[in-house]
Amino acid sequence: MFGKLSLSAIPYNEPIIMGTLLMVCLAGAALLGWVTYQRKWGYLWTEWFTSVDHKRIGVMYVIMALVMLLRGFADAIMMRAQQAIAASDAAGYLPPHHYDQIFSAHGVIMIFFVAMPFVVGLMNLVVPLQIGARDVAYPFLNSLSYWLTASGVVLVMLSMFVGDFAATGWLAYPPLSELKFSPTVGVDYYIWALQLSGLGTTLSGINFVVTILRMRAPGMTLMKMPVFTWTALVTNILIVAAFPVLTVALALLAADRYLDMHFFTNELGGNAMLYINLIWIWGHPEVYILILPCFGVFSEIVSTFSGKPLFGYKSMVYATAGIGVLSFVVWLHHFFTMGSGADVNAFFGISTMIISIPTGVKLFNWLFTMYRGRIRFTVPMLWTVGFMVTFTIGGMTGVLMAVPGADFVLHNSLFLIAHFHNVIIGGVIFGCMAAINYWFPKAFGFKLEERFGRYSFWCWLVGFYMAFMPLYVLGLMGMTRRMNHYANPAWQPYLIVAAVGAGIIALGIGFTILQIAVSIRNRAENRDLTGDPWGGRTLEWSTSSPAPFYNFAVVPQIEELDQFQADKEHKRAYKLQSQYADIHMPRNTGVGVFMAAFGTVLGFAMVWHIWWLAIFGLVGMVSSFISRAYDTDVDYYVPGAEVLKTERARLVPLQKLVDHVDPASAGQKVA
Amino acid sequence: MNKRTFVSALRWSCASVAVFLSGCSLDVLAPEGDIGAQEKSLILIATGLMLVVVVPVIAMTLFFAWRYRASNTKATYAPKWSHSTAIEAVVWTIPCIIIAILATITWRTTHALDPYKPLQSQAKPITIQAVAMDWKWLFIYPDYGVASVNELAFPTNVPVHFEITSDSVMNAFFIPRLGSQIYAMAGMDTQLNLIANEPGSYAGLSSNYSGQGFSDMHFTAIATSQQGFADWVNKAKASSANLDDQAYHTLTQPSEKVPVSYYTNIKPGLFGSIINQYMGDMSMDKIGTPSPAQASAIPSHNDHAKASE
Repeated sequence: MFGKLSLSAIPYNEPIIMGTLLMVCLAGAALLGWVTYQRKWGYLWTEWFTSVDHKRIGVMYVIMALVMLLRGFADAIMMRAQQAIAASDAAGYLPPHHYDQIFSAHGVIMIFFVAMPFVVGLMNLVVPLQIGARDVAYPFLNSLSYWLTASGVVLVMLSMFVGDFAATGWLAYPPLSELKFSPTVGVDYYIWALQLSGLGTTLSGINFVVTILRMRAPGMTLMKMPVFTWTALVTNILIVAAFPVLTVALALLAADRYLDMHFFTNELGGNAMLYINLIWIWGHPEVYILILPCFGVFSEIVSTFSGKPLFGYKSMVYATAGIGVLSFVVWLHHFFTMGSGADVNAFFGISTMIISIPTGVKLFNWLFTMYRGRIRFTVPMLWTVGFMVTFTIGGMTGVLMAVPGADFVLHNSLFLIAHFHNVIIGGVIFGCMAAINYWFPKAFGFKLEERFGRYSFWCWLVGFYMAFMPLYVLGLMGMTRRMNHYANPAWQPYLIVAAVGAGIIALGIGFTILQIAVSIRNRAENRDLTGDPWGGRTLEWSTSSPAPFYNFAVVPQIEELDQFQADKEHKRAYKLQSQYADIHMPRNTGVGVFMAAFGTVLGFAMVWHIWWLAIFGLVGMVSSFISRAYDTDVDYYVPGAEVLKTERARLVPLQKLVDHVDPASAGQKVA
Repeated sequence: MNKRTFVSALRWSCASVAVFLSGCSLDVLAPEGDIGAQEKSLILIATGLMLVVVVPVIAMTLFFAWRYRASNTKATYAPKWSHSTAIEAVVWTIPCIIIAILATITWRTTHALDPYKPLQSQAKPITIQAVAMDWKWLFIYPDYGVASVNELAFPTNVPVHFEITSDSVMNAFFIPRLGSQIYAMAGMDTQLNLIANEPGSYAGLSSNYSGQGFSDMHFTAIATSQQGFADWVNKAKASSANLDDQAYHTLTQPSEKVPVSYYTNIKPGLFGSIINQYMGDMSMDKIGTPSPAQASAIPSHNDHAKASE
């Protein structure tokens, strides 16, 4: 009846897990109780959960990323604490089976459920606004993508309390991840969580490629697209090209585990090297899927706060596209030590270092954007400068490991761990934090306050260097990754410093939460009435903050790269028309929520071999989809009169404000 | 920057890195063998080369950020300036030059340091077969008819030819102070050629996570004199344990923190049969008992083993 599932699947005897379960239950009950008490369920359901508005979906992605950051970071703190005390072969406080799940979950969560939702959320929030569109190409699909990602989150979180998670490392290399060596449900949770969220990501990718290619405002040629949108385009092309490879690799692994096949087993002609190649053919582009949009974020920020157009826009575009292409011909650098011949290793090593050329150009372009600028050191700009310094170091160690002869002694060591945290924290996390501070007013209508934002930045920066510079040294001392305990006492001091560094990062996360809380409390003081709090240059700043659900009352006509900046300079911005056309908008739908809920059931049932429930989940998913396909009531028109009312409410006071604020326009009547 | 200052900057940056790193016992940068020594200098040269770009970029970032801060109204402000063909040419060219140099170095060293490439030496290489198991290392000396668990020995200044496989999940064979590592994979024979130039006991480990007992999957690599090595072989030969099917089967069972042990009377063709059990005729249960055809497919090991008996 319940397959492999029984009450013994709950790890009663693990005090750490049970304590966490208690905390999660209490916090969850408090949250649900509060929402019920406030009578907000109806509001949440109609305005958020069923929303197909790209901005709301974007916000939900970012909230998901922040929540999962707490989970992934809790794993990190536990690992650092374990390694800080488990010297001279002391056992520490985490037994290997628990510790191994933690480092696997940490990697999976940070990549799939923190970095990805962050980046996809930012693209959701910003891309349609930057290209003058009213939504994405497939709004329902967008909602479905989000909720499928949420399915993956639910399964990963559930694995902690019901059964276990993969103890295989975040990429689940076979043969270790095969049934023979990992007989518990951990790897199955891994497979189904990633299949569901991966499906969501692939659909997102398709959605955004079509949106960017087909829905740009008239006049916005590709070479007039804002840089963030360019990076989003390349990223989504990479998603569409790379994620199916992940899906196939995991499907073959699932076939091994469920259908007794032998794609990657030791026996019967299976070959684990095939999986390792496949997973990295997805895995290396994945790194660029994460970092490219962040490059876009930094480009927007550095230009806005330097008060100048981005230096070398064309270089930036070609560099982005070049990185995208090259990212598919470097995957083998993740396993130079597999025994490929020198020609193969040298090819992949050299192709890897070639990527550093366009990346280096990007750094120079940001530098020369700052050059002869008037740099305002707001919180987003602090993150950007922190990134430029930190990422340069991470890039250097990355190129070093692209040299096969060097990688032969650095591979799988803590030097590698330090390197990829150096680029992922220094690049992706810094980028996302910069982006949150930068676009927050556009999403919510008020700025985040600066003080705690600055504290957060400095804690992250100092904490990062303290946590990961010692890891570089440990790698050179011969310490390999994923050790539960170690014999060499000389490693311990460095690991203690690293643990302290992680503690400082924890403070940084705390300050971010505080910053958001204080900003919400003081939102009246920080309200953004103009819609353009930073002196932005691109279209998203031409709308109100928060942007109206239809984004643009009139689809803008594009003539320049920095259209909004030009509009402001030529006093064309903030025009109120006497009448507006009706606006065609998509209707909200709960089908995405239902499909993902059935998908979660399907995944859970597959994990525990509850076949009837799996069939139920699958049938539910497919029939929800069919019902949606036959639903003809999917759109509506916003009457022009309503648009006029909204626009007038914003623009009439704004024109006075703009006259007042901008001395150059004093005495002139705007519009 | 003229050539001389360029070279001196390179030297200076290499030296400063070396000084910074010499404070602690950095195994990877304190090699005791030729391969490791080459890899160390490769790391230092590559790092120095990259610092030529990295240091100016970081310095310029901090300088520009400070110089063009909004409060510094004396600094030039060029609100429209966003293109300069000369600067763009330079920022594309400099990374291209550095990477061209590094790529040349990479091509050469990747071939020179190919783990499969036999080392040039007057001495005749010694062959050691390493088998990764859950969670210990078995080392077979086909030329000497002995085997050991979690300890291996070899003479200094003699090239050591490792043949490596796994009888379980993937691992990696790594002795940081001697240089390169390589994966150990079931059904496959990877190779590694190392040499120790200084005697000593060096830490060895699996550097690829392999499950529950992975953290204790380390071993000691003893580089010693010819006499010391002969003594070590004799010590192993004096062991009462034979490595027959039964003993091998016992070894394959998962175990952790396995103490050092020695074996003699190694079953002929053992290493080949460990690999072959995952290949060919799919005879899963025949661990350690290869069919005659399989055994004869690896004659050299048999011959050596027989000769030593």
